[in-house]
Amino acid sequence: MTDNEILIEEALRGGQMWSRVLRRGQRLRLTDTEGKASVAALLYNADRPSERYNMPDTLKAQQTAYLTQGHVLYSDMGRILCSIVADTVGWHDTITGHSTRDSVKARYGEGAYLKLRNDRYRNTRDNFLTELGKHELTVHDIVANVNFFVKVVADDEGRLSWVEQSRKGGFVELRAELNTLIVVSNTPHPLDPSQKYDPTPVQLTIRSGTPATSDDPCRLSRPENGRGFILTETYFV
Amino acid sequence: MLRESALKESDAVLNQILEPGLGWTHIVKRGQIFRIVDIEGNQAVDTLFFRASDPADRYSAVDTIREQGNLYLTVGTRLISISGATLLTIIADTCGRHDTLGGACAAESNQVRYSIDKKFMHNCRDTFLLTLASEAPELGKRDLAANINFFMNVPVTSDGKLTFEDGISAPGRYVELRAETDVRVLISNCPQLNNPCNAYNPTPVRLLVWDGC
Repeated sequence: MTDNEILIEEALRGGQMWSRVLRRGQRLRLTDTEGKASVAALLYNADRPSERYNMPDTLKAQQTAYLTQGHVLYSDMGRILCSIVADTVGWHDTITGHSTRDSVKARYGEGAYLKLRNDRYRNTRDNFLTELGKHELTVHDIVANVNFFVKVVADDEGRLSWVEQSRKGGFVELRAELNTLIVVSNTPHPLDPSQKYDPTPVQLTIRSGTPATSDDPCRLSRPENGRGFILTETYFV
Repeated sequence: MLRESALKESDAVLNQILEPGLGWTHIVKRGQIFRIVDIEGNQAVDTLFFRASDPADRYSAVDTIREQGNLYLTVGTRLISISGATLLTIIADTCGRHDTLGGACAAESNQVRYSIDKKFMHNCRDTFLLTLASEAPELGKRDLAANINFFMNVPVTSDGKLTFEDGISAPGRYVELRAETDVRVLISNCPQLNNPCNAYNPTPVRLLVWDGC
């Protein structure tokens, strides 16, 4: 198989969840097809899911409070689950969590299946629990997630504010450094001020590829990441 | 926000010192008041909370941040669980700001942050794991999510940089919480020797519990 070959391309409907194991070296691109995407994501070592995405370790190793190209997503075992190898969006949140049944109901109303059928109002917590269940994972495995396309900033006093950011065609691309189970949910973020429940599709593109080379920009972006890649590569020895 | 407590140490039903490098777990009952005192100043007290009756319902840093619309914990902060319940409320604070983004140090993250050869150094995750294995074996690694670092100062800038600054705590400063349900407290009094937050000198803290009025 050659590098950069499209293996899978599909649209993830607004409100829907999805999961897949990205083999080491494969790349997943998330594209905001209409300009208002919000994709919550959890990541696990597919070979041993007790190893999972760790928000604090990711942020402190890279001294950042958000994620963009050049950053990597650390597990709780000092290894890199995925690198962010491309990003036209600029800011991806990981400190404000995800929607729940209660938060969606309080914001948008009931939106029940009985009335709306498959346009029902879905929330990320229930989507995560459902999709994690397919991998025999449970609420114990839900931790602070990544919110792709979401920007929330803090002022000097720590007060948060939502920033409209994503644009039609914007994309972010991950490269798996471990065999990574990624679970995503395409629902509105709970801080999105919109009063209408109207999630839009996101395009998912998986390409073949190889793990980080010795001159990879994520590896060289800071010494911490260099060591993170060493620990990741040692795992496969 | 700074607020002092009227409670007297002599009335406490529990009063003990926790040395740095050690762990502690205890059930604080609904209505009881729990205080942590930074005896010598600028210590980091890595802390997790679990609903005692259902430990899967644990403290959630991101839900707490989002629901109060603020990154930092102080008086008035409700510590929110993953189910959206309030586990505890901060009712007094003479430090003014506590972190919940910096997480706990671990052997493996120390290797990433400092040097591959730092794996031997004592760290909070090891303390959490050993304390749970010894005293609450129904809990384990899967239950360790993002924690609170009481007295630690981790400012975030408006352009999204995360910085570890000198502490804003000082000798004798404390934080006090009221349990809104029965909660298991799990603490690692941080042994980190690589971080200027504690002036490379981990120090003891005092833990106190009062019965509610």
